[in-house]
Amino acid sequence: MKARGKVHKYGDNVDTDVIIPARYLNTADMQELAKHCMEDIDIDFAGRVQKGDIMVGEANFGCGSSREHAPAAIKASGISCVIAKTFARIFYRNAINIGLPIIECPEAADKISAGDDVEIDFETGVITNHTKNETYQGQSFPDFLINIINSNGLLNSLK
Amino acid sequence: MTQKILAAHAGLDSVKAGQLIMADLDLVLGNDVTSPVAINEFNKAGFTDIFNKDKVTMVMDHFAPNKDIKAAAQCKQCRDFCGKYDITNFFDVGDMGIEHALLPEKGLVAPGDCVIGADSHTCTYGALGAFSTGIGSTDMCAGMAKGKTWFKVPSAIKFNIIGKLPEYSAAKDVILHIIGMIGVDGALYKSMEFSGEGLINLTMEDRLCMANMAIEAGAKNGIFAVDSVTLDYIKDKVNREYKVFEADEDAEYEAEYTIDLSTIKPTVAFPHLPENTKTFDEIGDVVIDQVVIGSCTNGRIEDLRCAAQILKDRHIAKNVRCIVIPATQKVYMQAMKEGLLETFINAGCAVSTPTCGPCLGGHMGILAKGERAVATTNRNFVGRMGHPESEVYLASPYVAAASAVAGKIAQPSDL
Repeated sequence: MKARGKVHKYGDNVDTDVIIPARYLNTADMQELAKHCMEDIDIDFAGRVQKGDIMVGEANFGCGSSREHAPAAIKASGISCVIAKTFARIFYRNAINIGLPIIECPEAADKISAGDDVEIDFETGVITNHTKNETYQGQSFPDFLINIINSNGLLNSLK
Repeated sequence: MTQKILAAHAGLDSVKAGQLIMADLDLVLGNDVTSPVAINEFNKAGFTDIFNKDKVTMVMDHFAPNKDIKAAAQCKQCRDFCGKYDITNFFDVGDMGIEHALLPEKGLVAPGDCVIGADSHTCTYGALGAFSTGIGSTDMCAGMAKGKTWFKVPSAIKFNIIGKLPEYSAAKDVILHIIGMIGVDGALYKSMEFSGEGLINLTMEDRLCMANMAIEAGAKNGIFAVDSVTLDYIKDKVNREYKVFEADEDAEYEAEYTIDLSTIKPTVAFPHLPENTKTFDEIGDVVIDQVVIGSCTNGRIEDLRCAAQILKDRHIAKNVRCIVIPATQKVYMQAMKEGLLETFINAGCAVSTPTCGPCLGGHMGILAKGERAVATTNRNFVGRMGHPESEVYLASPYVAAASAVAGKIAQPSDL
């Protein structure tokens, strides 16, 4: 299982309020929420993102609220994987549960730049930066997580 | 303590940090923003019943009283679901309060419980000696259906509390001080455990405020040792059996800190992270537009008493709006009986029915571009209370009230 796309790069402590501002949480329609994803720190994101693109953050990505709308909006925007140095724990759990692949890799977070063409192999945890011709070793997914991601989320995987 | 509670709920003698366990749940919570997503998943997954109608609770507090048509539809969806499954503890406008103030007040959480809530500030109930943590809507859905969820057992950081708070220093200052010290990811994935001889000097409301903000240090949960203060608080609220867990003398901690309450000064977290803390020797003139006193962090009766003590026989500054939001109907009623609401209104404040409202930029006090607010809430992220170019400064009810009077960030001794 792999993902490949262009990188959208952010810094430390990307919080759930900037991923999806609470003023839009009067709906649980994730396609609608995707239109406002990241807008408070990256106003053009929703217009620029292409299906398959990759998001890269630094430490404590997804801190703040427990809103599952945050990983769901990222996923609905077309992002295929989020890479960060570390993730906030509720965001990490929520992302897996809704079938958004996320991977911790400090080296990748340091070296990848915005716009790089990056590929991730979830079985091995190897991240390949085709633009810079580099590879980074991230945390690989155990089988049960691969199963959740392939099933498009926890609840589907339980069926 | 956390490990002992988790072991008991997983049917195990003991657990270790890092171990993956399946635990039984005593309470599953959702609100009007997170529950609709869980309900959609519940229906999609084809579940036909909830695990226990007394152990699932929904509180309509975020965008309620309904701020718009879409919010109204979300509350209606929760109301219909709770009606269909005969959920005992559904709290709607009129008897709802901010969830994390309401559930302890209603006696729905007891020491030793294992609680999940689709709201990150679910960690508040650690004040009562419960294991309690925030999760997302999918976990809420699975918890409602099965009464169980999986956890990775966290390691713990110990905070040894000694001493007594000086006048005009508050529990909010203690937790802001701690977050400033360890950072917003200082307790990532970990448990923050509070104990020590100074605990007796912290009221239950102080503890609820501190446990509430454990998530702002990235923690999985915050938990307080159970003592006479806890037992006094729950004695006329909790009418079921519960079990008190104590940390072992030789319990392992990843780090230990001693917090001397007598050294805690009024503290303000500057934009845009709760770790950006400053004490007043580092704060110059910061002119403000709005003050919010309320939220699951600081909307309880003792908080309103502190604010009223400062606002009594004073008036807020020109060009400042001050919004006071009692966290529950019971707090509202008590504040009315004590004359606090009169104090607030005479001082020029607006008093609102309970709601999370402005804390998350929902309604009831949104900021315009460039505006600044001092708030007793828990987050000051970009755009948290309104426009992405507005600013939120986190502080105690004393500092918030003093700032409203001064028209700039101020502590009571500045007035």
